[in-house]
Amino acid sequence: MCVKQVPGVSEVRIDPKTNTLVREGVLSIINPNDRNALELALILKEEHKVEVIALSMGPPQAEEVLREALAMGIDKAILLSDKAFAGADTLATSHTLALAIKKVLKEFDSEENYLIICGAQAVDGDTGQVPPELAEELGIPQITYVQNLLLSEDKIIVERKFRATEIVVIETKLPALISVLIDINKPRYPSMAGIMKAYEKANVIYFDSMALNADSSKIGLNGSMTEVKKIFFPERKVNPIMLEGSTEEVVRKLCQYLKDDKIF
Amino acid sequence: MSIIIDAELCTGCASCMESCIYDAIELDNNIAKVLPNCTLCRACIEACPEEAISLERDDAKAQKVDISQFKGVWVVAEHYKNKIQKVSFQLLSKGRELADILQVNLTFVILGTDFDDKLEEFSQYGMDEIIYIKSPILKDYYSDLYTKVITELVLETQPEIILIGATATGRDFAPRVAKRLRAGLTADCTGLEIDLETRNLLQTRPTYGGTIMATIRTPSSRPQMATVRAGIFKMPEKIKKNVNIRKIEYEFKEQDSVSKIVKVISKTKTPVNLEDAKIIVAGGRGVGSKENFKLIEDLANVLGAELGGSRITIELNWLDPDRQIGQTGVTVSPKLYIACGISGAIQHIVGMENSNIIVAINKDPDAPIFNFAHYGIVGNLHEIIPILIEEIKIMNLNKE
Repeated sequence: MCVKQVPGVSEVRIDPKTNTLVREGVLSIINPNDRNALELALILKEEHKVEVIALSMGPPQAEEVLREALAMGIDKAILLSDKAFAGADTLATSHTLALAIKKVLKEFDSEENYLIICGAQAVDGDTGQVPPELAEELGIPQITYVQNLLLSEDKIIVERKFRATEIVVIETKLPALISVLIDINKPRYPSMAGIMKAYEKANVIYFDSMALNADSSKIGLNGSMTEVKKIFFPERKVNPIMLEGSTEEVVRKLCQYLKDDKIF
Repeated sequence: MSIIIDAELCTGCASCMESCIYDAIELDNNIAKVLPNCTLCRACIEACPEEAISLERDDAKAQKVDISQFKGVWVVAEHYKNKIQKVSFQLLSKGRELADILQVNLTFVILGTDFDDKLEEFSQYGMDEIIYIKSPILKDYYSDLYTKVITELVLETQPEIILIGATATGRDFAPRVAKRLRAGLTADCTGLEIDLETRNLLQTRPTYGGTIMATIRTPSSRPQMATVRAGIFKMPEKIKKNVNIRKIEYEFKEQDSVSKIVKVISKTKTPVNLEDAKIIVAGGRGVGSKENFKLIEDLANVLGAELGGSRITIELNWLDPDRQIGQTGVTVSPKLYIACGISGAIQHIVGMENSNIIVAINKDPDAPIFNFAHYGIVGNLHEIIPILIEEIKIMNLNKE
């Protein structure tokens, strides 16, 4: 399963006066959706005695999220970290992840029977593109936005939410990739024993571009088709008419304005 | 590859530090220094007033494509129960604009069945050509079949731009197609423009929870693919036009799809339809509790409005996930949007800022929501809303 370290963005705000980021108290966290992916992997481990490996790509400090995953109970953690991976768009990211997955599958001799679980999307980039791109590169079917999963031997039956009120039930053979939604489960907290083990005994395995035998034209910024031209802060749109007075007055004024605007 | 800071030009003004969301720049002896956790996002390059920051890159750039061979704008249709979804038509209006600037054709690509007698109706929406791939199995959506057909068609026809709805369907096949074609793909665009000199599509999208906006381009490969949410662009005007229709009866082989649809489940509860709502009443953390949401719901009821909420209200389980408005929820553009106790994190703003009239009620006068509202009320929503409900009830009675 794949995890990503992200800034805890729901707390990031722009200071309206200076138009800059307020970064106080912003921590790096496991992408919330990836926690659901982790939880699902751990449930499958308990029910089907499978081995769970977590994979992340990022700078060395992304090791923190893998330690947390180890504390939750995964078996093995691999961090893809190399300056050459930086600046990757989703194409280059999925390529790098695919190289690592192929390497691991070869070592485990389990190229036929595996399941990749990802979070549906990350809260920072929020593209949701890496899971389908990863599935395509591995040449396996994908089912995105999964709400429920049943694993039996060599196939999975999943519920995919494809509209606000509609779910499609899809069956596919392993190997396959799924991306899960936040409502699939409630992620567990690491146990005290798990935390001790994760921080004292367990190892995070590092792969760099050499270890993956990566083609430098396909990773990082070089392997990216898209590039950021510019970054800017969303501008303030309108100056509001502030309604003042007693509660009754304010309500009356609002209704009058909305009548004038032909809303009421 | 790395970010280089020219120590001669750097004045230590810290603009770059402020622009860095990763906290990856510090001042060392009053000169900016890039730390190892830099992700090469390049926000600092734009931010530097002295042009002291640049990106050093090596020449191993991936294959070059002769981009002049690619011509035309495509919109890929999405349909459900034999009805084309609104977002596809909205993309046609934007697609028309882009195609006119580029002086190329606009093509509507439909993968489906039973659309034969509807093509004439669709042809009022301003495209030059419809490509209709017909097969009974395409009544439903299959990611592998869509990927196969669209990739083959792109290789044959070579469009320069492909627009796709940013729905659970579009966001499922678009990346898969992009990967197979090695094409650049940008998700959830809120702005699309053309740089005519390079014919590059400039794709603007919110990122980092919408805290910042990024403009993305795909300079050295084609096609340029983008997904766009419903409600971002307007529906096209209907016009009379001669449309070239190309119908292809497609035969799939059994092995083309490894997945099979077992069944479709529709939830029996009243469907939430925020996208089409004329009026939306939405609550945020300031509502206070799940029980208090009753008040917000009452206001929605007297207005005949749909009920929505910011991300936190879903995380706290006050509302069902299908009522979430914002970057990770739905994008809405009603005539009237009433935000109650919503502070206005940009993640929420990007989902509702296209509303015609926005009313904000919040007890914090510095809440960012007021920067986006047309009418603002600073005060306690638990006092204001009951009176507002009574006032609207009286108006409703007078109307009858």
